[in-house]
Amino acid sequence: METKLRVSSSPHIRSKDTVSNIMRDVVIALLPATLYGIYIFGMNAAFLVIASVAAAVATEAAIQKMKKQKVTVNDYSAVVTGLLVALNIPSTAPIWLPIIGSIFAIAIVKQVFGGLGHNFMNPALGARAMLMASWPVEMTNWVKPGADAISHPTPLGIIGEGLNVQLPSLADVLIGNVGGCIGETSAILLIAGGLYLMYRKVISYRIPAFYIGTVLVMTFLLNGFDLYMAVYNLFIGGLMLGAFFMATDYASSPINPKGQIVFAIGCGVLATIIRIYGGYPEGVSYSILLMNVAAPLIERYTQPRVFGGAK
Amino acid sequence: MGLLSFRGGIHPPHAKKSTEELAIIKAVEPSVVAIPLRQHIGAPCEALVQKGDTVKVGQKIGETTSFVCAPVHSSVSGTVKEVVSKPTLGGADLCVVIENDGLNTPHESVKPKGDIESLSKEEILSIIKDAGIVGMGGAGFPTHVKLSPPPEKPIDVVILNGAECEPYLTADHRLMLETPEDVVEGLRAIMKSLGVTRGYIGIEDNKPNAIKIMTEAARAYGDIEVVGLHTKYPQGAEKQLIYACTQREVPSGGLPMDAGAVVNNVATAAAVGKVIKTGMPLIERVCTITGGAIAEPKNLMIKTGTYLNEIVEQCGGFKVAPGKIILGGPMMGLATDRLDIPSTKTTSGILCFDESEAKLPEEANCIKCGKCVEICPAFVQPAMLSAYALKDMYEQAEANHILDCIECGSCSFVCPAKRPLLHSIRVAKREILAQRRKGK
Repeated sequence: METKLRVSSSPHIRSKDTVSNIMRDVVIALLPATLYGIYIFGMNAAFLVIASVAAAVATEAAIQKMKKQKVTVNDYSAVVTGLLVALNIPSTAPIWLPIIGSIFAIAIVKQVFGGLGHNFMNPALGARAMLMASWPVEMTNWVKPGADAISHPTPLGIIGEGLNVQLPSLADVLIGNVGGCIGETSAILLIAGGLYLMYRKVISYRIPAFYIGTVLVMTFLLNGFDLYMAVYNLFIGGLMLGAFFMATDYASSPINPKGQIVFAIGCGVLATIIRIYGGYPEGVSYSILLMNVAAPLIERYTQPRVFGGAK
Repeated sequence: MGLLSFRGGIHPPHAKKSTEELAIIKAVEPSVVAIPLRQHIGAPCEALVQKGDTVKVGQKIGETTSFVCAPVHSSVSGTVKEVVSKPTLGGADLCVVIENDGLNTPHESVKPKGDIESLSKEEILSIIKDAGIVGMGGAGFPTHVKLSPPPEKPIDVVILNGAECEPYLTADHRLMLETPEDVVEGLRAIMKSLGVTRGYIGIEDNKPNAIKIMTEAARAYGDIEVVGLHTKYPQGAEKQLIYACTQREVPSGGLPMDAGAVVNNVATAAAVGKVIKTGMPLIERVCTITGGAIAEPKNLMIKTGTYLNEIVEQCGGFKVAPGKIILGGPMMGLATDRLDIPSTKTTSGILCFDESEAKLPEEANCIKCGKCVEICPAFVQPAMLSAYALKDMYEQAEANHILDCIECGSCSFVCPAKRPLLHSIRVAKREILAQRRKGK
């Protein structure tokens, strides 16, 4: 029989995992919090999400076409970035805001540095920082959940600015019945999504556990040893979204386990310091961005010991 | 004793179902064999026979005076047709081509060697050397060399590798089930030759029947322990197996003897046991013929020098066009582009992949997911090493321990971006070692 045999270097079998499966899992994990955000903040939130994702995917495709590269939008990575950009803005934002954010995230933060796997910071967070600096009013126009969209500060805003407003109950912040960005309010759904990612082995427990744990300890220590408030602090603002979905971004966090722990503790320390002493009420996004920049350095100093090497 | 293991590793599909229940059967007597004069790591043998000579089964037909070398023997009785260079897995090798007379007349030298008690260390070593025994797990390193450590490296433990952690392969599994006493006798001989009083036989727990049978076979010997190993690849890798059994790490850049251990495959031990019992040198081995393209998967006892296409034919030929043929397991085996090559002492498997098994996935950018770092049993960082390798940054690769890579392929297996991690690392390692040799 005339046969053509392939010859290649071992191994000759590969796992079923693919980049698109991983990214699709991230999208699946974000869906409950996304849908909940649309449910409490209304249809404008839905339009923002759709516009953001569409802009991210279109930007990625256009740039890859321009660079005459293979278009890889079907790997879902641009979908994840677009979705995260939308989840990080208030529901009242004008539609162009997430579009500009997504274009910036994909074109500048991701593609300029070499595309998938080469971004030195989380693209969605880079975009959020840019939007915050450029359109601070639109980026902080918070409303109460519900159809009437009454302007209302977020729990972090109440604490941070010492406003004389009743703080929502712990149950409300857990479920997400509070003001905030579209995707950050429901701690419980974000945790569920994070657990799904751990179950699917997309992320390890290390970054979320050490990040959240550090915030808990630091807040307890720096905030008058009030355990209730320290715990309450975990479920408000963007901590869950950040710890499970943004700090765990592969390309912008250290690759080795020890480095991930150092990175996560650094995120926790910075986030708490910014929250308590900083000018902004929220410190999650800047803590991650700062640690993203430090990640290569952390990697250098947390090299694993080789098998049979000195202990 | 609980299940032993090492840190890292992967869980590829076992794919052993189609052959694990099949008893070893003797392959059809080949009409012609082409026995390569190099079936081991080390210097090739020189032919001891020439065209027209009559040879018998077990007769030594190739040897050299070099220490790192194993002699080869005729696997059939008959007439030497020619001694000529023929295509082999490694490219081409000098082969002794023998026409089989089908009589299987044993050579006069094939005589039982007596029992282990009556043999001295030196006698055992010379029996092993004379029988051409090499590491049958795949590497083909001459066993007598392994059993001759320098005096400054004391050995206190011998470990037999019965993990068979490579997917698809069931040859060692069947061997343990069907000739456990040869394995145990071989281990005893190896232990005696090294003066060691602690022996382990490590078997993955996906082979409970082998663990049971081997435990029974070794029961009479208090210094031999059969240990269950966690089923995980590369459980059978030398350094990982030593760690699982003794919690000792072979030092970086070192050899098993630096951890006081010698590791042999169970098939190697069985060959040692057999030559002592019957005097028959290593002229045949168990081989698993399987994969999606083969009609009737089998475990066959194959005489060295049998052409692969004859073996495939005995397994009903191909039911669909093969996409890839691998000698050995799918994780570390070598792909061949032709079947008109002879089997050797190290042909543990012939995997005939169909098109869907053979198809290689398209590679994408590294997403730095860290899966390769997490599973690497050598604790190196494959993603980084591969990036250095692809940019020819060999100094950086070396500084980051590229030479500690054991080439198990786990990184390439888990990579979701399907990057050729091991392939690139392997190229860099060869390059670095070549530069080192040049520098000397």
